Amino acid sequence: MSSKKSLVSITDYTKEDILRILHLAKKFDQNPNRKYLDGKICATLFFEPSTRTRLSFETAINRLGGKVIGFSDAATTSSSKGETLKDTIAMVSNYADLIIMRHFLEGAARYASEISEVPIINAGDGANQHPTQTMLDLYSIYKTQGTLDNLTINIVGDLKYGRTVHSLIIGISHFNPTFNFVAPDELKLPEIYKTFCDEHAIKYTEYSDFTEDVIDQCDILYMTRVQRERFTDLMEYEKVKNVYILRRSMIENSKQNMKILHPLPRVNEIQQDVDDSPKAYYFQQAKNGMYTREAVICDVLNINVE
Amino acid sequence: MPTKRKELLQVAALCNGTAIDHIPSDVLFKVVSLLNLQNVQQPITIGSNLESKKMGTKGIIKITDKFFEDNEINKIAIIAPKAVLNIIRDYQVIEKKQLSLPNTIEDIVKCNNPKCITNNEPMKTRFEVVNHDNLELRCQYCDLKIRKEEIVLK
Repeated sequence: MSSKKSLVSITDYTKEDILRILHLAKKFDQNPNRKYLDGKICATLFFEPSTRTRLSFETAINRLGGKVIGFSDAATTSSSKGETLKDTIAMVSNYADLIIMRHFLEGAARYASEISEVPIINAGDGANQHPTQTMLDLYSIYKTQGTLDNLTINIVGDLKYGRTVHSLIIGISHFNPTFNFVAPDELKLPEIYKTFCDEHAIKYTEYSDFTEDVIDQCDILYMTRVQRERFTDLMEYEKVKNVYILRRSMIENSKQNMKILHPLPRVNEIQQDVDDSPKAYYFQQAKNGMYTREAVICDVLNINVE
Repeated sequence: MPTKRKELLQVAALCNGTAIDHIPSDVLFKVVSLLNLQNVQQPITIGSNLESKKMGTKGIIKITDKFFEDNEINKIAIIAPKAVLNIIRDYQVIEKKQLSLPNTIEDIVKCNNPKCITNNEPMKTRFEVVNHDNLELRCQYCDLKIRKEEIVLK
């Protein structure tokens, strides 16, 4: 591998790459303040606003002792004057040691990685990829279960458009998972991902009812939001909007080791009374994102972490 | 005998060069443009809507003193997969070549995803051929898969 290695898609990572990042994340989890980026400048280019992801990355950079340049909204940049992405990336890669970018167009990060002289970390490109989210999901699973191998994972909600869902399926496919996919008919998992599971001999079952029976089987309950704007038929939305809501009573008989994950933001799909349960893990999950991003940043820059 | 003579007369014979045969009539001029033939200085004969037993009608392109590299000619496989290359020297066909689809198609096909970066930046498109038998492409930027019948040329 050359000195320039970007992270554009979770499909760029082999099983070994994933395990390497998780071991690095564990080190940062134990001690997040390590000055590996002393004297380095990282650019965060957010052509599309995303406060949560940007703050997580910028905190990671600050904890590593690096400096941040960038923007949080493309309206304030010359791309609003019609500058091409190519020119923006070429210009910024003159200044920074690393570029972290979010863009509203799909494939923008791949293109940037072809142009840039410095590594690119994709912080989301439209509905396409958001690999550090997947890595923090994987780290959260690894941390709470002690392993990624042979787990039963329930994924609930919007399985059709949910970018995090698709990437999680690909990311954990190296570790022999069993999936339960729970979604309304209109938001079922696309065929392409079911074919992917078949090709990788991954067991899965599809459900349209979100019941305790299904919850009781799983080690990880990955919740996502069923969004009103995803429905072509609003009658259909009205029918299902309260079906995919997790209530405290539903997890009473779940496995002891079971943890509830959610990429956030949450609206009402996890009721507030679940938050106090030791099985609720979504806020720690977000915190894990910072450690995982410290790990990914050091990895793309080929920094040796002690 | 008269039929044979008629076929022979459809397009003038070539002394040295390449004759590309069995091009579907409806993509003939697209093939001309993909091969950049408008910039070729040698004599070129283009025959369109010619009779063909196999295809109904077909197109033929004959280019004097021009011999294509494989990577140059194979890009037309995406629109004319059945086209045949006749390499001609001294009025004799010395080699007949079938086209073969390359693994990567660069800057020929348009991505069907309006939110793909390739439709929003002045840049080349690039597709991986994920299924050679039943033509299927995958955009190397936005990952969209495109089936044969959905292909739109740039």
